[in-house]
Amino acid sequence: MASHAKINSAEELKKTVDHHTALRAADDRVTLTVSAGTCGQARGSLDVIASLENAIQEKGLQEKVRVKVTGCHGFCEAEPNIIIQPQDLFYQHVTTKDAEAIIQETVLKDQAVETLLYKDPVNGQTASKESEIPFYTKQNRLVLGDNALIDPTDIREYFSIGGYLSLAKSLSDMTPEDVIETITASGLRGRGGAGFPTGKKWDFTRKSKGDVKYIICNADEGDPGAYMDRSLLEGNPHRMLEGMIIGGYAIGASEGYVYIREEYPLALKNITRAVEQAHEAGLLGENILGSGFSFNVKVYKGAGAFVCGEETALMQSIEGKVGVPRQRPPFPAVKGLWKKPTNINNVETWANVPLILDRGSDWYAQIGTESSKGTKIFSLVGKINNTGLVEVPMGITLREIIYDIGGGIPDGREFKAVQTGGPSGGCLPKEKLDLPIDYQSLMQAGSIMGSGGMIVMDDKTCMVDVAKYFLNFLRDESCGKCLSCREGTQRMWEIVRNITEGQGKEGDLVLLETLAHAVKDASMCGLGQTAANPVLSTLRYFNDEYLAHIKDKKCPAGVCKDLVEYFIIPDKCTGCMVCARVCPQDAITGEKQQVHILDQEKCIKCGACYEACKFDAILVE
Amino acid sequence: MHNDPSEFEAIIERHSSEKQYLIPILQDIQSQFNYLPPVALATVSKQLDIPMIDIISVASFYNAFSLTPRGEHVVTVCMGTACHVRGGPKILEEFERRLKVPAGGTTENKQFTLETVACLGCCAIGPVVVVDGDYYAQQTIGKVESVLKKYASKEKNNGKPREN
Repeated sequence: MASHAKINSAEELKKTVDHHTALRAADDRVTLTVSAGTCGQARGSLDVIASLENAIQEKGLQEKVRVKVTGCHGFCEAEPNIIIQPQDLFYQHVTTKDAEAIIQETVLKDQAVETLLYKDPVNGQTASKESEIPFYTKQNRLVLGDNALIDPTDIREYFSIGGYLSLAKSLSDMTPEDVIETITASGLRGRGGAGFPTGKKWDFTRKSKGDVKYIICNADEGDPGAYMDRSLLEGNPHRMLEGMIIGGYAIGASEGYVYIREEYPLALKNITRAVEQAHEAGLLGENILGSGFSFNVKVYKGAGAFVCGEETALMQSIEGKVGVPRQRPPFPAVKGLWKKPTNINNVETWANVPLILDRGSDWYAQIGTESSKGTKIFSLVGKINNTGLVEVPMGITLREIIYDIGGGIPDGREFKAVQTGGPSGGCLPKEKLDLPIDYQSLMQAGSIMGSGGMIVMDDKTCMVDVAKYFLNFLRDESCGKCLSCREGTQRMWEIVRNITEGQGKEGDLVLLETLAHAVKDASMCGLGQTAANPVLSTLRYFNDEYLAHIKDKKCPAGVCKDLVEYFIIPDKCTGCMVCARVCPQDAITGEKQQVHILDQEKCIKCGACYEACKFDAILVE
Repeated sequence: MHNDPSEFEAIIERHSSEKQYLIPILQDIQSQFNYLPPVALATVSKQLDIPMIDIISVASFYNAFSLTPRGEHVVTVCMGTACHVRGGPKILEEFERRLKVPAGGTTENKQFTLETVACLGCCAIGPVVVVDGDYYAQQTIGKVESVLKKYASKEKNNGKPREN
């Protein structure tokens, strides 16, 4: 039973929270907390949970030990991982085979299972606690941290960490104007991309004329490489929901929508359940906590269109239409969903709201920089040792994120670029590593904060190929309304594709830049206006690489198929025959313990031999 | 082949015949039938009083909908940025070679449909492939054959995601 009977007043809610907080404190069982978000499940955490439960049952330890299933803790590289309390141990890469040892050694004897402890990929040092792991030490996990504390499918778990107290405080002690003032004073800015001041946006919608108003949670996290919103909705859906209800009260809205992309089945399931539980507990519906304020939330599943992350397109989609953006003004605050005043924020923004109400705007405004307050969650992915979600104060440098938290580049390779802001963002080179991260500095450097994707690239990543990748994405996702975006992204893609195929001409780069500016200037919505960023930023920082493709017909990173060939390095080839076996073309011949030969005529450059060779004997250039 | 309008009327009834429910209705039809049969579109058009051309424009705009029947198993290869820099395109090419269909295609025996997705948000464990809802982490060219084999021989793992 994860539901809770109706709570009728702020006073009753406080009692409920006290009750569950006390239960949590009094629980002296050994707790095995397993991270089981989508990534964890993909790596087998559900099987690990089952085997832990089996082992507990076999030993008759049900009264003394419990398995707690939570959402993602952010350290995706270490999945499936387990935190064990009170021993305060962190185990990584746990498999079903480890269950027995965990119970036998750690639970029964208080001893660590050495093989499961974290080992630093850089210096090889072992860490037994989460707090000793460099990935965690530089973070400030104000929003994401609770994911590790609660079972997201049970509202009582959220109560046990003070859940919905900020809502109670808003409804009983504050006027809607007070709430807006607090959010404004905190300096919170939208975490979805553009970084518009949240309090200001709420104020516009509150002051807009109209008896019916809506609020929307934009959970259409479409930027490839960003998944913090998925993690928040999977791991702590009530927190986002609490933020929304507070927002509804502040703005004077009676109905809210969560627009979530269909590619996130677990997040969809957990937020849907959270809405149901909040209804049963009287935190949604009529006369919430006896305050006279009524508010309902509907969950709306997207149908797979990147442009629907744009607010006006998203609202078209909720209305059952093709998701095509429309001209602004009028802004949604004046004329939004069903032509009514509408306030739209993304998941991470909403999830910051309860925190600000709880700890106060002064406290919040101390974190971060002058213009960018609070923390931001980034997804640190790509060619990086510690992949995962990292939450850091604004103003931290790229170098700190990539090297101190991320542990640098794997396999001793060299850092080349970091891509931020998704398809609207740009690629920053190593000269920009000491850039403090905030909305302004990233924009000045030719990229954007965006929703927080941070894709690290090494010397084996071709920047022209990356530009081609984003252009291909954008030409596909352009809704087609503006000619500049529809045709412009297509033409830019064709030019860059030609360059990667060795068909680049002198003058292409000038043409590309001219086109990029035209697309930027003449398109109506954010998608088109920023579509040129991946091209412009790579042209700005990696011009030499474009020239190598055009003039020398070479891909220095060894990525662009038409410009590379595969070779076997005789000195390194041991004649193990592995490459010959995996080659789908039978292009590799050779006897056992003899240097193999690769027939260029037959080779289709699929990369199977490169992947299979354990001796680095395949050269791509 | 799904020519009975009553099947679709039942789905429409679960929502309402208001125009705003067009997308959720189409989503339910898609998930039940794995595509949008022509009779379904005609039924929806009639019941919701939306011209066929508008229905087709919605059905062809969103990636979730398919106007042609899909295969028994749907293989989805993630094309997100993180998967891309870790070799996602090479994984897709290997699936294309093994299944002998381009991305978006369905094999002749209707066993597999090969699709791509912009990003699954599992960036840390890329390249990622999903087959019928089961996630496969850190895929390599070499692992493609064994993933396909699991489904070609119809051995399902009870819908549980598993590491590969």
